[in-house]
Amino acid sequence: MKFTESSFKGRNLTLWRGDRCLFQNLGFTLGNSEWMHVMGGNGSGKTTLLRVLCGLSMAESGDILWNDRRIDRSRFDYHSSMIYMGHLEGLKGDMNPEENLRFHYQLRDKQAGERIEMAIERMGLQRCRTLSCRYLSAGQRRRAALARFLVSQATLWILDEPFANLDVKGRELVEEIVSEHLEKGGMAILAAHHDMQISSGTEVPVELS
Amino acid sequence: MQTPGLVDSALALLVRDLKLGYRRLGELANPLVFFLVVATLFPLATSPEKELLMEIGPGIVWVAALLSSVLALDTLYRSDMDDGTLEQMALSPQPLAWLLLIKTIAHWLVSGLPLVILAPLVAQAFFLPADAMPAMVASLALGTPTLSLIGSIGAALTAGLRRGGALVAMLVLPLSMPILIFGARATDLAMDGLDVTGPLNLLAAIMFLALSLGPIAAAAAIRVSLD
Amino acid sequence: MWTWFHKLSSPPHFYRLSASLIPWFGWLAAAFLIVSLYGGLVTAPADYQQGDGFRIIYVHVPAAMLSLFIYMFMATAAAIGVIWRMKLAHAVAVACAPIGASVTFLALATGSIWGKPMWGTWWAWDARLTSELILLFLYLGYMGLRSAIDDTNRADRASAILALVGVVNVPIVHYSVTWWNSLHQGSTLLKKGGPALPPDMALPLFGMIIGFMCFFGAVALTRVKREVLVREQNSKWVKDMVTSK
Repeated sequence: MKFTESSFKGRNLTLWRGDRCLFQNLGFTLGNSEWMHVMGGNGSGKTTLLRVLCGLSMAESGDILWNDRRIDRSRFDYHSSMIYMGHLEGLKGDMNPEENLRFHYQLRDKQAGERIEMAIERMGLQRCRTLSCRYLSAGQRRRAALARFLVSQATLWILDEPFANLDVKGRELVEEIVSEHLEKGGMAILAAHHDMQISSGTEVPVELS
Repeated sequence: MQTPGLVDSALALLVRDLKLGYRRLGELANPLVFFLVVATLFPLATSPEKELLMEIGPGIVWVAALLSSVLALDTLYRSDMDDGTLEQMALSPQPLAWLLLIKTIAHWLVSGLPLVILAPLVAQAFFLPADAMPAMVASLALGTPTLSLIGSIGAALTAGLRRGGALVAMLVLPLSMPILIFGARATDLAMDGLDVTGPLNLLAAIMFLALSLGPIAAAAAIRVSLD
Repeated sequence: MWTWFHKLSSPPHFYRLSASLIPWFGWLAAAFLIVSLYGGLVTAPADYQQGDGFRIIYVHVPAAMLSLFIYMFMATAAAIGVIWRMKLAHAVAVACAPIGASVTFLALATGSIWGKPMWGTWWAWDARLTSELILLFLYLGYMGLRSAIDDTNRADRASAILALVGVVNVPIVHYSVTWWNSLHQGSTLLKKGGPALPPDMALPLFGMIIGFMCFFGAVALTRVKREVLVREQNSKWVKDMVTSK
């Protein structure tokens, strides 16, 4: 499968939190097979920027365009083509990873069925698939959340600190998955203060201070 | 990729919320027990005389129902907010107002509907005559969904706050007063053998108004809380 | 019209405009209030039923009218703030709430003082009293929600939603309470076929209402001015203004 040609642009983004300016007149363009590396120390506003790009937070000024249409004017199109994972995993503690994954796709994609099976296997969650997420370790929960990306057919992936709580194998797995996604023509936005070993696609660095 | 329709997504969400409710039965029972306890307090604080209890009975059932529905609001968005599933819902292609409406309906099914079922029991303890019972149940059946819908706005506004408990009551209770007035009045009228269609029609009208506007306001409020 | 709107919404322009408007509203309010109070308390004849006790309407009626007016004004500002994402409108809504709560309290307090000799009780569970009380609760809820949210931008949007929900609800509350119980006398001023009051009683009342409105204008502008300063404390024009003085 190849992704159709799309573009993701930010223009003149400015955001204040309290009386601190997180970013001012930030602009970027992301095309197929390109990934944005959002860098910056703690408290530099990486998470906030990613939430603004998702449409969860509002920037003070500036526009975010998906295929040249403002995302707050075309929510359906934009949210059909993106997937996000933030600091919160978005897993219900009283449901097991599989139930969580199925519910996530019951709102998004009717044909996700067989891919869910595959995603659980690849993330190494077979042994805990019937265990409530409450009983999983932090790393396993992260893996359960990342499984959503394997099921997804969204063009744009937005990941906030994808390596958090993951072991070495888990990190390699994330890098591998993101590389595969870029190879197919997808786009990704990653916030991480580590170096990332992404083997395909072009990196667009964004440094926040 | 084929996006599920409104009905499919609604069913999925309804099943999920009911399942989660079932797995947390203890939490769900709290507001119901609260309802019974509050109703018990009134005879103790006033007097056990039949005439007096009959007089204040309908009002007490309604006050207890209102308080217990406000108490139950904490479970509506809080846990979904804390674990990030609400933010994932807000990022789904489904309209957020629709999802919140379904969540509110699921919430009513586990917190409001049991009140409607339990109310005749409490009314019996307040010596409510049997022929006023249908009017009371009907008024609760029409009024408690509105309480949940108004409460949903209050819960959405306070979902991001650490201590929203007292604030949510302060926001929701003044807005709920018409429901209390019409609901208690319907039962009062039925006890005097009078026509109750007036207040019941008004309750139904308010319910439809809340059904149409409430979720839109709640969705706007959730977007603010997620920001 | 749009350029005017746009210009008004720019904080430095608004700041200068309000600074020049405040004295006008202030002096007008003072003039109207002094003349009308004299008219109401001295020249107007005593009521044949209520004696001199009726004179409290010169405070009570304007306060009650203003309490609803301010709520609608606040909600309109909130709606403008939400729809056009205009920050100044939010600042206006915020500034109005405590004034609204105060006049609502004033209306309740004067009503209660009036009620004691007329109805023989400080408080009655009457429709208009109760709905005024609920209005006070709405103001308090609005202020409570604002103070619970730290971030100004979020507080603005959340409280605006609450104010708008309140607007839908205020008439419902009003009619439900009226239907529930009414003891309060009907409106003496706005009636078909002209006011029921004789002119020498009615004129000071109109004067008081205009005076209260001007007073509200002056206080609201002062509060908005302050609010704008706090919100724009990091902007260039505020810094320039402070250093040039």
